[in-house]
Amino acid sequence: MVDFETVVVETDLLILGGGMAACGAAVEAAYWAMQNGLKVTLVDKAAVDRSGAVAMGLSAINQYVGLKDGANTVKDYVDYVRNDLMGITREDLVANIARHVDSTVHLFEKWGLPIWKDENGNYVHEGRWQLMINGESYKVVVAEAAKNALLESGVGQIFERVFIVGPLMDGDRCAGAVGFSVRENKFYVFKSKATLVAMGGAVHVFKPRSSGEGMGRAWYPPWNSGSSAYFTIKAGAEMTCQEVRFIPVRFKDAYGPVGAWFLLFKSRATNAAGGNYMIERKAELEKWGPYGRVKPVPANLRNYLGMLDVMEGKGPISMRTEEAIQQIADTYKDDPKAYKKKMKELESEAWEDFLDMTISQALLWAGTNVQPEERSSEIAAAEPYFIGSHSGASGAWLSGPEDLQTEDTRGEYFWGYAHMSTVKGLFCAGDASGASSHKFSSGSHAEGRIAAKAAIKFVVEHNSMPVLEPAMLDALKAEILQPLRTFEQYQNATTDPDINPNYIKPRMFMFRLQKIMDEYAGGITSQFTTNEALLKKALELLAFLKEDSVKLAAANLHELMRCWENTHRMWQAEAHVQTVLFREETRWPGYYFRADKPKLDEENWHAFANCRYDSQSNTWEMKKRQVLHIFASQPKERELVSA
Amino acid sequence: MPSYVNPDKCDGCKALDKTACQYICPNDLMVLDRNKMKAYNQDVTMCWECYNCVKICPTQAIEVRSYADFVPLGASATPMRSTDTILWTVKFRNGTVKRFKFPIRTTPEGKAEPAGGFETKGDLNSPALFTEPASLGLADVFRLRN
Repeated sequence: MVDFETVVVETDLLILGGGMAACGAAVEAAYWAMQNGLKVTLVDKAAVDRSGAVAMGLSAINQYVGLKDGANTVKDYVDYVRNDLMGITREDLVANIARHVDSTVHLFEKWGLPIWKDENGNYVHEGRWQLMINGESYKVVVAEAAKNALLESGVGQIFERVFIVGPLMDGDRCAGAVGFSVRENKFYVFKSKATLVAMGGAVHVFKPRSSGEGMGRAWYPPWNSGSSAYFTIKAGAEMTCQEVRFIPVRFKDAYGPVGAWFLLFKSRATNAAGGNYMIERKAELEKWGPYGRVKPVPANLRNYLGMLDVMEGKGPISMRTEEAIQQIADTYKDDPKAYKKKMKELESEAWEDFLDMTISQALLWAGTNVQPEERSSEIAAAEPYFIGSHSGASGAWLSGPEDLQTEDTRGEYFWGYAHMSTVKGLFCAGDASGASSHKFSSGSHAEGRIAAKAAIKFVVEHNSMPVLEPAMLDALKAEILQPLRTFEQYQNATTDPDINPNYIKPRMFMFRLQKIMDEYAGGITSQFTTNEALLKKALELLAFLKEDSVKLAAANLHELMRCWENTHRMWQAEAHVQTVLFREETRWPGYYFRADKPKLDEENWHAFANCRYDSQSNTWEMKKRQVLHIFASQPKERELVSA
Repeated sequence: MPSYVNPDKCDGCKALDKTACQYICPNDLMVLDRNKMKAYNQDVTMCWECYNCVKICPTQAIEVRSYADFVPLGASATPMRSTDTILWTVKFRNGTVKRFKFPIRTTPEGKAEPAGGFETKGDLNSPALFTEPASLGLADVFRLRN
């Protein structure tokens, strides 16, 4: 095999990832690094201008609290998130993001992101927390500020097209990361005093609905491959909410956004008979404890009511776009000129919603001759994803900030540095951080900033470069490059490089993982339903898959990345199955249903289900953690904020 | 096919220091065939149709043919992205054509100033981030009053 040069980079703070959270981290870290004479290094597997979940653009900012206008309080946001997640959330983490997110949105606007304004100069809200934007270049603008912060100040450097495989450890402290270039034969060793993981969530762990070309059209981007989860799990970090996968209901197949339709245009969704499951199945909500009675109805319960219609053969479920547009336009019906203008405006808004963030959906409409003002469009539940934002919650278990703790929470939720995992020097943000849902693009950026400031403080207070054994680095290099060696060794044993008894290519490896998860862990073809026996079967098959992962083979650097991405997905899958098995109840019926434990069990399971992989014993430790409140004694918060 | 390259228009970015589509693709799909000096999408089943290759291509050689496993043939969406605006031409299967124009940014390219003009403060032990409280529009960062 060709020789791979080993490149060693030493830095104070290492930021892994290039999406919203990583860009937030870069902007914030640059300032504090400059103040303290430190260096910052950011590593992205793609190009920062267009990497991460916002690579295509977005049509809305989904977290804006509106603190300066007194529109909402931090506690309002925490209440919303806790209710949506069926009571299971870290109030200190959610509050920490909520108290900083407006600041980040105001920066976006200064940097050049066009945010819609009304005639009085106020932001146009899509819903209570959502702002409408012209977001085609959202990521470009945010990346530009991050790059300017790191490069113009001279404190930072950026590596693009370097894929991070896993952590470097110095005892119980994270000492950096290892990876390789996907452009040239280079093995990278990043040594750092603190490391911030922001490498996104995981897509394609479960079988997607489309299995041909459309496989790439996942709702969340296919380049979210579980790298954050793998990194934190392998570093020995405690993980939380690994069972809380996210299943969005979106326009079917192309997964175009529904937020503008439901919230801005006030559209209904109806079944084949014209019935509205939100009304007809209202009684079902009573089965889900206090969470069935909150407004808005939790996302997973809304999903569930729609799924019940589909399972009973009442599909398709249609977004009644024609009805919604007509109702808005009707308010102008006595003024033909204003009516025509409004219809034109609504048409443009509807198309921009897709063209800014899901161009495929515009193509699906155009390919099926759909004009939304004339005809409704089908919606459906997508496949499951792992994401620390939206209504998902999977990620690492983090320390909250010191000043948002109460006497009760301090011992449980705080251990020194905000948004640091249970591993020393290992910080997380965005989809890497758990139990802090509904942060979306803006909150992920804010969380990146929070974590970066805390990480710089950690470096200042632990200012020593970790020590690494050369033998360990050699072993890691050999392990990471093994798929190339395997391919080279055996490629001539058959006439087709994809079919060879000595190895498995990353693509078939991914399909095998997806089939296990789909059929045994509650994917789309099993109607998101599983049970103990099925989950144990999944673990049995995942164990074979893990054994075979050492036989992954790569013909080139691109495939080497695919090999490791799929290994990352596999570990996310295992953490998920272990935790779904551990939590003996059904709490989020619109995400998964434990058919053998079909009810909410507040008495035993109003708790976090956490896990930690122990590499010494090769076992998963499962543990319950308490759900504690920080706001119980804060009835006057609204007054305090406005004062 | 998701994104595909028109061989008559692709010049392999030979005048540039890097192949634009290969540089930008978030999923490492666009590759330059050095023998033909033409780019191609190496795995169309992993394409998100994010259009970043289409938007960045200096010769407008890249287009998207929708996922053939669920979209009927014949539609297209073509962007023209300038420094502050994007123009879209959407062509329907039945021949209908719609055009849309949207703003994309309000500042000159490259000029995003990290602090956004807000006052910065330097207390590493405070919960305030570097532009706060100014960028919050509040007198101070929210704190619990226990």
